[in-house]
Amino acid sequence: MNASAKSGGDVALSLAGVDKIYAPTAERPVHAVKALDLDVRKGEIVALLGSSGCGKTSTLRMIAGFEAVTRGSITLAGRRIEHLAPARRGVAMAFEGYSLYPPLTVRDNIAFALKGAKINARDADKAVREVAALVEIEPILDRYPSSISGGQQQRASLARALVRPADLYLLDEPMGQLEPRLRALLRGRLKQLLGERGMTSIFVTHDQTEANALADRVAVMEGGVLQQLANQTELKERPANLFVATFIGEPPMNVFDAKVEVGERVRFAVENGPRLDFSANEFSESARREIAKRARVVIGVRPHDLRLNSGSNEARVVSNQWLGDQSHLALDVAGKLMVAVAFSEMGASRRDNLRYDVPAAKLHVFDADDGKAVSHGAAAA
Amino acid sequence: MEHSSRAERVLRGVLITAILVFFLFPILWIFLMSFQTNEEVLRIPPSLFFKPTLINYASLITGKLQTAAGSLDLAFMLNLWNSVLLSTLSVALSLLLGVPAAYAFARFKFRGSEDIAFTLLSFRFAPPLLVLLPLSLYFQDIGLNDTYVGLIWVYQLIALPLILWIVRGYFEDISPDIEYAYRIAGHSWLQTFLRIAVPLARPGIAAAGLLAFIFCWNNFVFALILASADKQPVTVGALAFVTASGIQYGQIAAAIVLSITPTLALALYAQRYLVEGLSLGAVKG
Repeated sequence: MNASAKSGGDVALSLAGVDKIYAPTAERPVHAVKALDLDVRKGEIVALLGSSGCGKTSTLRMIAGFEAVTRGSITLAGRRIEHLAPARRGVAMAFEGYSLYPPLTVRDNIAFALKGAKINARDADKAVREVAALVEIEPILDRYPSSISGGQQQRASLARALVRPADLYLLDEPMGQLEPRLRALLRGRLKQLLGERGMTSIFVTHDQTEANALADRVAVMEGGVLQQLANQTELKERPANLFVATFIGEPPMNVFDAKVEVGERVRFAVENGPRLDFSANEFSESARREIAKRARVVIGVRPHDLRLNSGSNEARVVSNQWLGDQSHLALDVAGKLMVAVAFSEMGASRRDNLRYDVPAAKLHVFDADDGKAVSHGAAAA
Repeated sequence: MEHSSRAERVLRGVLITAILVFFLFPILWIFLMSFQTNEEVLRIPPSLFFKPTLINYASLITGKLQTAAGSLDLAFMLNLWNSVLLSTLSVALSLLLGVPAAYAFARFKFRGSEDIAFTLLSFRFAPPLLVLLPLSLYFQDIGLNDTYVGLIWVYQLIALPLILWIVRGYFEDISPDIEYAYRIAGHSWLQTFLRIAVPLARPGIAAAGLLAFIFCWNNFVFALILASADKQPVTVGALAFVTASGIQYGQIAAAIVLSITPTLALALYAQRYLVEGLSLGAVKG
């Protein structure tokens, strides 16, 4: 099992081979989480990022103890917790929706989380006021949940989770209902608080901006499978597979099916589209060897990595939008749209032909069958 | 509502009064009858003016029915006590069994859960008489015939499905996250059920309990067949007013007034919780 959890003292939470199957005896069981291995270091903030139904919330609920684990183990602070009741796991959780107890004021809702923590009344009150100030709900502390907005309820739920000492903080879409300005403000404060107090936390989000802004590492999930757990730079520069490559990044990575030949030169040919011709020494030996094993691959390049007005490939401009600080261009390439981002205003207008080039250092190559990364730039994946 | 014109307000008042008079008149008439002697009740044409008398209540409470043919013994107060006992204990037992069951059906999807819930509801589909005749034979065999225990058991057919299905809906309306938040703050499943789920569903429990109580109280046929005189509730006991010397309308009216009093009192008491449920608000997700 997890040798890392035993030896490495810095691992706070460890999931090993965790499966979640809903209605296993039914005709169509739902395999929500598949063989999930996940280590979270002490004091680390990890984001579970994915679209709805990807298994991220199921994972959070299994850690909290609201869903039974079908297979596998969960270790928190050196204790196996997958069979413990939620109350005995030492975790705190903030909820996305309506989770405040209606007969209590916001203040009492936050304070009841402290009841079990054996703190005297004055310290408890101070802790409640501090955390309320952090999430900007001081003025509504004495209101009842039914009389405050969804965003305020969400912040109160967040405050209730943060006020309590715990080995792990689970935040389920903690800022989903907030307006953008407040969200940006709270992100900063939350990051500071979690960092200062070394609070190990996992939060679920479908918003990659939020994941990038708040997390130390991001776990990208899809179809119940952990696709990649890495920091933001690595996710962008070394995506583990086609899913991560196209999911992370805004606008998403451009990908094309291509034939490949490796010899003196490395040539990629997109059907009815561009040919990319690189000198062999632009790729490492291992990258060349990996690419050469395949006749067909998927190549990808991020929109802002395209070099415009250079090289020999040409494409027709479909649209050109200046956003005030960057241009988004859509180019017609091999019957598909290829998006390019430039950080200066581009003069090209619709139907103009524009030259572009893909630098070898920015080219991502994926296996055509399983989508696994083959090489990123010069290096093998 | 604030924008209605004067004419609309007047019309609304008139209509509400008309409806209230229509529905409440029989009750008012019974109330008046209870203070009249049988002769006054039966005179033609009927009149709203009479000399009120307490003789009907007196004969019910003393258990001596004075008729033209002489004095008859009445077990009305015993019947009333039986009604209170049977209805209260039946509803209490139903709440004890039904509320946790409703919670289980609302929160946990286990194999066959829907089938079990529907089976419990289907108890209410069966015509009571069809069930009762074989049941009375079994009850005689196992010694439950003419016992409070046997009656309370059979009354579960009335009360349990009602409580189960009404309360289940209320539990389903409570966001599970409220309970999760409480559990993760260091409380057990049982504490969460007792301190969070049950108080939040209290308006539903009160409504279901009240309805179940009324249905139990008004039940006639179960007790008619399964109980003898000393275990009979008021509904069956009222048959005694049909005597050899005629129907005792005055006493019947008084008996009705006395027998709706407990339910009325309970309804007024439970109303507090029903209204509290409405003002609680925003429990729904």
